[in-house]
Amino acid sequence: MTNPVVNQELLTAEDFAPLAHRPDIHGISRPSRSYWQDAWIRLKKNRRAMVSLWLIVGLLAFALIGPLLWQVDPARQDIDQISQAPGADRSATIVPPYEFWGGQALSGFEGGSGLRLGAAANSQAVRLIWDAVPGAGGYRLYRNIFPIDDEMAFGLPIAEFPNAAAGFYEDRLDLRPDTYFYSLVTLDADGRLTDDYQVLEVPVNRVITLDEVRERNLAPEAPELAVGDEVFLALHPLGTDYLGRDMLARLMSGARVSLFIGIVAPFLYVLLGVAYGATAGFLGGKVDQVMMRFADFVVALPFLLFMILFQVVFGIGPGESGILPMLVALVVLAWPATARLVRGQILQIRQEAYVSASRLLGARSGYLVWRHMIPNTMGVILVTLTFAVPSAIFTEAFLSFIGMGVAPPTASWGSMSNEGLARMLTHPHELIFPSLFISITVLAFNLLGDGLRDALDARMRSFE
Amino acid sequence: MKSPITSDDSFTRSAGRQLARYAFIAVAVLVALMYSLNFVAGLTSTGAGGAAGAVDVENNEISIYLREEPPQMNSMLATDAVSGMVLGHVMEGLLRYDENDQIVPGMAERWEINGTRATFHIRENARWSNGDPLTAHDFEFAWKTALDPATGSQYAFIFYPILNAEAANTGQMPLDSVGVRALDDHTLEVDLAQPIAYFDKLVAFVTFQPVQEAFFNATNGRYGADADEMLYNGPFMMTSWVHGASLRMVKNPYYWDAERIRLDGINAAYITSDSNTLLNLYKDERIAVVDLTAEMLEGAMQQKWQLDRFMDGSVFFVDFNHREGRVTGNLNLRKAMFLAQDGNELVDRVIKLPGYLPAKSLFPVWLQGVEKTFREEYPAPESPYNVALAREHLERAKQELGLSEIPPLVMLADTSPVATISSQYYQEVFKRNLGLDIIIDAQTFQQRLAKMDSGDFDIVLSGWGPDYNDPLTFADLYASWNLNNRGRYNNPVLDSHVRVAQTSTDTKTRMDAFGEIQRILHEDVAYIGNYERGRVYATHPQVKGVIRRVFGAEYDYTGAYIETAD
Amino acid sequence: MWQYTLKRLIQGVITVWFIATATFLAMHNVPGDPLSGERAMSEAIRANLEARYGLDKPLTEQYFIYLGNFLKGDFGISFAQENRQVNDIIREHFPVSATLGILAVIFAALGGVLWGALTALYRNRLPDTIIMFLVILGISVPSFVFAALGQLTLVNLNAFFGVSFLPVAGWGTVSHMILPALVLGMGTMAYLTRLMRSSMLEIINSDYVRTAKAKGLPPARIFTRHQLRNAILPVITVLGPAIAAITTGGFVVELVFAIPGLGRYFVQAVQQLDYTVIMGTTVFYGAFLVFMVIVVDLLYGWIDPRVRLQ
Repeated sequence: MTNPVVNQELLTAEDFAPLAHRPDIHGISRPSRSYWQDAWIRLKKNRRAMVSLWLIVGLLAFALIGPLLWQVDPARQDIDQISQAPGADRSATIVPPYEFWGGQALSGFEGGSGLRLGAAANSQAVRLIWDAVPGAGGYRLYRNIFPIDDEMAFGLPIAEFPNAAAGFYEDRLDLRPDTYFYSLVTLDADGRLTDDYQVLEVPVNRVITLDEVRERNLAPEAPELAVGDEVFLALHPLGTDYLGRDMLARLMSGARVSLFIGIVAPFLYVLLGVAYGATAGFLGGKVDQVMMRFADFVVALPFLLFMILFQVVFGIGPGESGILPMLVALVVLAWPATARLVRGQILQIRQEAYVSASRLLGARSGYLVWRHMIPNTMGVILVTLTFAVPSAIFTEAFLSFIGMGVAPPTASWGSMSNEGLARMLTHPHELIFPSLFISITVLAFNLLGDGLRDALDARMRSFE
Repeated sequence: MKSPITSDDSFTRSAGRQLARYAFIAVAVLVALMYSLNFVAGLTSTGAGGAAGAVDVENNEISIYLREEPPQMNSMLATDAVSGMVLGHVMEGLLRYDENDQIVPGMAERWEINGTRATFHIRENARWSNGDPLTAHDFEFAWKTALDPATGSQYAFIFYPILNAEAANTGQMPLDSVGVRALDDHTLEVDLAQPIAYFDKLVAFVTFQPVQEAFFNATNGRYGADADEMLYNGPFMMTSWVHGASLRMVKNPYYWDAERIRLDGINAAYITSDSNTLLNLYKDERIAVVDLTAEMLEGAMQQKWQLDRFMDGSVFFVDFNHREGRVTGNLNLRKAMFLAQDGNELVDRVIKLPGYLPAKSLFPVWLQGVEKTFREEYPAPESPYNVALAREHLERAKQELGLSEIPPLVMLADTSPVATISSQYYQEVFKRNLGLDIIIDAQTFQQRLAKMDSGDFDIVLSGWGPDYNDPLTFADLYASWNLNNRGRYNNPVLDSHVRVAQTSTDTKTRMDAFGEIQRILHEDVAYIGNYERGRVYATHPQVKGVIRRVFGAEYDYTGAYIETAD
Repeated sequence: MWQYTLKRLIQGVITVWFIATATFLAMHNVPGDPLSGERAMSEAIRANLEARYGLDKPLTEQYFIYLGNFLKGDFGISFAQENRQVNDIIREHFPVSATLGILAVIFAALGGVLWGALTALYRNRLPDTIIMFLVILGISVPSFVFAALGQLTLVNLNAFFGVSFLPVAGWGTVSHMILPALVLGMGTMAYLTRLMRSSMLEIINSDYVRTAKAKGLPPARIFTRHQLRNAILPVITVLGPAIAAITTGGFVVELVFAIPGLGRYFVQAVQQLDYTVIMGTTVFYGAFLVFMVIVVDLLYGWIDPRVRLQ
């Protein structure tokens, strides 16, 4: 067999002369881009990931800058506006301070018969008086927010009176600006309900006393207020919670807690995992074996069970928020996943040709770690970190649900959702807002994680 | 040639059809699997699942729920309300409370209490659910076993009025020395350490219920652990108890007063305390009675449910730590805190459930006095809300304590919803009105009790439920020797009044003593009253005669019946 | 193979010992006292109770007694339910949690594969958009919100149509399991749907599918043999961890739907400081998880010989 190339033409001496230097052929027509620049460009093309990134920036701003813009104390209780939905009417009329009422009809309310008002009805008190009903053994007073129809569902039993005489009652129970239907049902001699009842429709408007207006600083511009004037109660853009605390301010302080746990805990345990995994992977051999066996033990601990156990063991002392125990428990329990991942990566990279080449060229360990190991695992670590945030936030919410979360009065989105759950039928805003924030955060980090994974081309098993 | 898009389309369509086929098969297999599972489950479970509705007219049975799983049904060990409720249906003591919380005969048809000697005559037709005659020995056995230190019954103290009971319970004297003996099968004689006025009321308590010795020994330490591990002598008997899931009671044919019982069965088909779940179960007509939270009232009115309210008898209060070295030992500080809070606001605005009352006294409104109720005869001292006066007292407290600022106070509370709300409410009230910093220490129930015992708090959200229908069940709470006085309040004058109330048998003298105790506690601000707990509940329109009581079973279905349309 | 199995089993036993020790140490550092009750008790009675539960002995002795009993398979007596064995509690309540968990995994796996395949087939069209929106909900809404809303929806459906489609809560028949299992499996189903979708999309664009199409194979066959079959592989590999996560993560669902599972008992035991139940449950679950992982690993080795080499 002969060489076809050599056969065609004989080589000459010129063929072995070096070529003239031509700088243009080494020129790179596009600017040189590092791995990270490249990834960033790819990420920017991913619309979902970018929206998520901006959402996360927005959430952080909400938590950190929000309280500067909305300077309302999240612990301040507005007892007049408990569980107020957003956008509810805030007007209140100024009335004299509450005074003890002995059951006599006040001026303007004398006369009349049956169940009737004994004084002007407002959110301070509704004062009812009634005449004796012949043959009655007693009375039961009900209050309803719906008119009474044939079904005779009278609503809330407010009070019971065992004597048949004429009587009076002062109702101060959670009066809101609404129309109430009071029914006085006659009882028979044995104390059982009869079919005999009288209904009184009472419109109630919201009132406030001058002292309260001053104390709460509701009308700083109008110092010359008098009884009968109208003021507006404090504004709560997202409504209030079950103690009349401002939802927006609570959500902001809750955001600090939830995002702190959600971001700092994963950051710490990923860091720990990276250090552990990298050490094990890099040192290899016996050390690696021992270290990874220990990691296996920790992985085998049932996560949620131990999360709860640790919460109990660390305990939440007086005045503590309970954030620290949760943080520690998360770090203690969650690091091995990252450690295993990083170790795997390092072991793999150690086998790569470019590492061998580098070593062959005399690179020292420090250089190898710094130049090859870290940059090449960084993508995986970053993606792990992003996906760890949602699970940390869910863990916090879950612990709050079973009553092992942050301690009152500290708010977190999880604890707020849990409290809102109990009130979801009548005051859905107390559940919707915190849950929405949890969902948005979880979603944003998930989508960003997806984007990062694609952009960094980090292949990994993300399900743990 | 087809365009690639249509070709893709047709591929998608046929692939989609294939997928649909798989989905269909998968669903079919799943359904078959579940049916077979159902079959297996039906074979293994006792069939007590909540399949039935709230009212089962055919079987004359109703379905209810239990707030939690009863720890066990051993009456000698039971401490909680749920066990008490079930035991109130399946067991009966010598005496019992009727629907008005008055004492009526139970297993004893009559009784005499003369000075230190009480004699109970057990009825001839008293039977256990296996047909055995129920005798006085069954009571003697149960009481002595409960007092046995090895039993470790938390409620053993309730026997202490009996001669030598306390000494026997602490192991200083043999059990035989306890002053209770069965003279014959039908006579139980009790010697008391001293004459007491309320022994009949005590005897109706759960721990005094009988236990048959032979059966108890046969269960090998598992008495009350399962439905078949106990004997019943009450109106009902337990036929099944699926732990954590359901508990079923049927009418006991051997019960002496069986005519009184109108239901044939009670099916506690659900065990949960999740208020939303319970509301949903009631809406779905799965349970006959449900307790409502304040947030559910609006919906209940819209649904036109029949609502009732009931006070469960418990009083809740902020207790102070009176131990040496605590700032809360200072009267002026306590007074300042007392005056700085409005008792009505917590109940009317924050808890906002009808039935709750501001706790103006340690003695709740329903307690009986000499003629009328105790509180009508001995009105609770008025407690006006007065911030200005409160601040004066605070200044005085600071001077007395030699402090320029009161250090932050630790408020211990448990993690129940109402405690969570109350603690945060008080925290803000004291901050706003007095500038006091309150540090909330929220702990689980057990940990709160442990911290209370060790005195690791300044103030604590606490409560007390009555054991028997006599003011003494509240009055001795602040006695210096009472271990439940966890704030270690110590006042010899109060102690002497408690002694009078314990030993006197004259109603007026005792009530006067209680009146004095009420006054002293108020003047000394031993505690700040929060509320008397109430409940609002809805009952299925067909179910009548359900009674809720302070003593015995909290829900009493023994007189309940189903009203049919015709 | 046998040697490998044996090695894994020994490792498993050591792991379980580690869990038992960790739990023991954790529990004995908890502040508080399982014996305290609302009614205070005298020192004498307390001493008696402590003796009954062996709490009066030194910690090291307690530890060895605990390990010894544990080797005998005896977890002791519950503190809160004074005459029930922890073994009884586990035996009665773990099957409930396991049944629920298995059903949830079946729902999640079937749903994930079906929805994932569907979205991949109809990518960027209406079914895809709708399902992916639901997937986003499934991933981002906390499970307790899901559970509560699911129950509320069911109640209103039942009330609106006047028929009881499914029970609202409780346990006993299969109809009781459906809603809780769906809620429990929801998050996993959403995750698997996404996984299935991306793996399907990758395969749809692969060479061998194009070749199969070019060969003129019937679409149904291509779909089944080439696409579905290969796309399911990654789904199967994550099922093992998913089963464990779901079975132990049923707390929320068990609480909301009043299901007598072991998870609910655990939460209750923690609140009551019921040492023996907490330790027993944790060790049991730990052992269960370890065993599951070993079984899954061995199964993988059996299914896929490539794994065995590693």
